[in-house]
Amino acid sequence: MLSKRIIACLDVRDGKVVKGVNFEGLREAGDPAELARRYNVEGIDEIVILDVTATVEARQARAHTIAAVAREIFLPLAVGGGIHSEADAAAAIEAGADKVSLNTAALKNPDLITRLAKRYGSQAVIVAIDAKRGAGTPNQGGPYNVFARSGQAATTRDAIEWAREATDRGAGEILLTSIDRDGTKAGFDCDMTAAVSEAVNIPVIASGGAGSFAHFAEVFREGHADAALAASIFHFNEKSVSALKLFLSESGIPVRV
Amino acid sequence: MIALVDYGAGNLASVRKALAAIGASVWTPAVPGELSRATGVIVPGVGHFDATRGLTGDWRAAITDAVADGKPLLGICVGLQWLFEGSAEAPDVEGLGVFKGRCFTFTFPEGERQKVPHVGWNSLAMPRPSRLMAGIAEGTQVYFTHSFAAPVIDDTAATCEYGVPFSAAVERNNVSAVQFHPEKSGPAGLQILRNWWQAC
Repeated sequence: MLSKRIIACLDVRDGKVVKGVNFEGLREAGDPAELARRYNVEGIDEIVILDVTATVEARQARAHTIAAVAREIFLPLAVGGGIHSEADAAAAIEAGADKVSLNTAALKNPDLITRLAKRYGSQAVIVAIDAKRGAGTPNQGGPYNVFARSGQAATTRDAIEWAREATDRGAGEILLTSIDRDGTKAGFDCDMTAAVSEAVNIPVIASGGAGSFAHFAEVFREGHADAALAASIFHFNEKSVSALKLFLSESGIPVRV
Repeated sequence: MIALVDYGAGNLASVRKALAAIGASVWTPAVPGELSRATGVIVPGVGHFDATRGLTGDWRAAITDAVADGKPLLGICVGLQWLFEGSAEAPDVEGLGVFKGRCFTFTFPEGERQKVPHVGWNSLAMPRPSRLMAGIAEGTQVYFTHSFAAPVIDDTAATCEYGVPFSAAVERNNVSAVQFHPEKSGPAGLQILRNWWQAC
């Protein structure tokens, strides 16, 4: 049986792992390669590097971070943040990434999804959607408003519709982050995850809000997530990946142990 | 020295890195003629079966010669599919036909809808002993990412199930192939690569 994946996210700024709450108030959480090594030993299924302050000058530093993490693991590695062009994607893949995650660039230029899917295959293209529940937001009447630029800029898109379009354009996975829950440890947004997961036929990775083992079980059961991603819960040594997997396995959720 | 055939189907960095980790030397031949000095040949691949068009003509002949010479060959992912007769993904592109059958896409019984591509860690069952899967325990999980799969045949060395059973690994004489990504499958994946490399 296909296992539910547990993914560790390394939000990287200036070569260091950082983590904030609701996309703000970043604090340092360590060296990316060192964390990757620890998660690998603990049985993580996949690692995502998100470059949270990606600038042109940061590109070289990013390649260095990707290569340092890739050296530590023989697992799937995805890279996002600052992938704005085919050249950015090529540089990340050349440095050792297996997948790239597009967010703002895909919203601005949806054709980039298709071009990357043609060049590297859909399995290499994740479309990351940062969304917030909708009161007073300018989306097309849908329940979940999509935000660009690390949660800073509201768009007119709804998460469910955007996930469908991204799939049609060639995305291989959706990484769905709840801005409302990010870093809060209040649990994943299971309703939003289920709505998106049922709307598309590609895997959906749930993100934002993991605070307890039970939250993961919830998002797999009720949120119909194919994978769940977390950062702070792992970084600060609050919970280990191996203990989480044992818990899920004992709860009857298929995981790799 | 292992020849890693680059026909433009995705990145080879991960495979190269995994081979280095087990101590194998590897190079990417620039022209098909270079395969004559390889002790083993790897046909990698992620993405679309259509990309194997890049393996026509001289490459196809050189790989066929390497197989005839008894050199160990390893196909990975689309590389496995190419060793079959063809794939529904690109019906007009011919596979090498070392293994019988054509690759198909996943279909699910009514009411049991699952996601395609098949992405993630899934478990292996071994219908018979093989060199490739030596020391790999029944139920070991490895990393897959694919939308098309090869049928289970007599040469199947490991099966996996996603709606339907399919070949996760095949082996006949000096030709082996895996549908999963050993370079992305942790210690089990490296062990499988080592098993293959030992024959080179």
